[in-house]
Amino acid sequence: MESPALHCLLEASAERFPNRIAAVEPDSGRINYDELNRLADEICVLLRSRGVTRGDRVGLHMRKSIATLACVFGVLKAGAAYVPVDTSAPAKRNRYIFTNCAVKFVMTQKPDDLELDESQVEPKSLSDVDERLSDVYLAVGPANSAAVGDEEPTPIDLAYILYTSGSTGVPKGVMLTHANALAFIDWCSAEFRPDEHDVFSSHAPFYFDLSILDIYLSIKHGARLVLIAEGAGKQPKQLAALIASERISIWYSTPSILRLLLEVKDIDAYDHSALRTVLFAGEVFPIKQLQALQKIWPDKDYYNLYGPTETNVCTYYKVRPELDADRTVPLPIGTVCSGDFAMVVDENDQEVPNGEEGELYITGPSVTHGYWSLPERNAVAFFVDADNVRWYKTGDLVRQDHTGEYIYVGRRDRMVKRRGYRVELGEIEAALYRHEAITEAAVIAAPDPQGELRITAFFNWTGEGRPSIIKLKQYCMDNLPAYMIPDRFSVQPALPKTPTDKIHYQRLKELA
Amino acid sequence: MSEDLESIKRVLKDYILEDLLPGEDPDALEDTTPLVTGGVMDSIATIKFATFVDEKYGIDLEAHELSADYIDTLAQMADLIFSKLQD
Repeated sequence: MESPALHCLLEASAERFPNRIAAVEPDSGRINYDELNRLADEICVLLRSRGVTRGDRVGLHMRKSIATLACVFGVLKAGAAYVPVDTSAPAKRNRYIFTNCAVKFVMTQKPDDLELDESQVEPKSLSDVDERLSDVYLAVGPANSAAVGDEEPTPIDLAYILYTSGSTGVPKGVMLTHANALAFIDWCSAEFRPDEHDVFSSHAPFYFDLSILDIYLSIKHGARLVLIAEGAGKQPKQLAALIASERISIWYSTPSILRLLLEVKDIDAYDHSALRTVLFAGEVFPIKQLQALQKIWPDKDYYNLYGPTETNVCTYYKVRPELDADRTVPLPIGTVCSGDFAMVVDENDQEVPNGEEGELYITGPSVTHGYWSLPERNAVAFFVDADNVRWYKTGDLVRQDHTGEYIYVGRRDRMVKRRGYRVELGEIEAALYRHEAITEAAVIAAPDPQGELRITAFFNWTGEGRPSIIKLKQYCMDNLPAYMIPDRFSVQPALPKTPTDKIHYQRLKELA
Repeated sequence: MSEDLESIKRVLKDYILEDLLPGEDPDALEDTTPLVTGGVMDSIATIKFATFVDEKYGIDLEAHELSADYIDTLAQMADLIFSKLQD
């Protein structure tokens, strides 16, 4: 028997709801389930005719669009895994990714941007296959003759590889299977109970793991997916207008994006009555701003979803307005989901007593088999226990509160020692976020020229005039242990962001 | 020694602004601004301060004097140094 696959979700919905709208590109187009499934079939036939078979990889170098969505399903139907990249990233990085996992082909709208050899790109676009693909070109994967990836067996049902920035600066390819994604999606179905009348936002780019929920949960239930272009996705007013005009009912993005909506002065002028569920993940949502959002949007279900790309979403917390209204500390990341299991361990991989702080390890059906072709990395990223269970080490420090909810403490690598004290940089950030004139804060630690660890706080300032450093230090003194007070304060108009809308710590380190 | 209270205060103020509060508006640092209890000076900063006072004025501050009771503000610091210079 075939194991269930992600593209079966589309096929089932095309059968049940052929005429319902599957995806919308605001102001430019829409496609129904039957058409989307047929277009994906055409792409599958094309790829197979070029020799793509089960176990291959196909790169997607495309901006988000209906055509790209069809390509995702076309690749899956052909039995291959798709490898989506950021089209605005440097050509060198994208070529590295496509070379690293030896994609057989790249589907691209801008072959020039990839700086491929001319002979690698087919001269004609795919308009012969379907006119909706008239700006899509097929290119042979760069240097795919290099037999990388042969050192380790790869999962046979690989669905996609998402590359994340490694701390060394070299992207790592997280391999995820159909079964990994479905474990998460099936949990979502049970928790969020979507149906064919729901309208999902697709805010995250397809190379970011938030897109997995958007695409597959929406398609599974015959719902409508609103593909939000990258430019529009960062304009507060456009977002508010879009949520109203498309009647989005389930929203999913990073907190950074939701916080943008707080900047819209006349937000009540937009009809957001269709919205019922607000999901966020990817970073800590500063509690003060979440509470402000709840004032704008009362009576919605809010969920804090947690999980590194390597695990999909592995824990979740449903916000309880009655309990969380007076909260001043960040929300819990909650309890395990997607059929996974968690344990909290010390530096020797031993479980810590209940309530104590430790690193979160995750195992279960949504967890990756590992990184593409990085055996050394895989050897240290996982822990195999006495029962031969393989746990992913998240690198995140957590503890369990008295109700059993996991509380996120911070990144293991963001814990620094200063004058003998353990300092969690995220805790300083949380305190700054509580300041009434600060809406963005990031704290880094780096040695000063004398080699002493110096803590620098970067933040924006919405108060009058220039902030007084003396007053900021006093504020920190009132809110933090003295050893956690930053040495330097640096006001920024806005903090630099990564392409996935998280704070760009690497760039801040360069500034400091 | 011809050090008067005001000139000591000026020297200390320049030192603190430069070393602990780079970027701060000099007017924001007043004679009565709390420094130790205000989170501007931590234990390491007070030790550095003692070294600076020793180099500049040849005065040894005692351990118990490196506390908020004696050096929390510019005014207190200057008083302490001034009185020691008279001894």
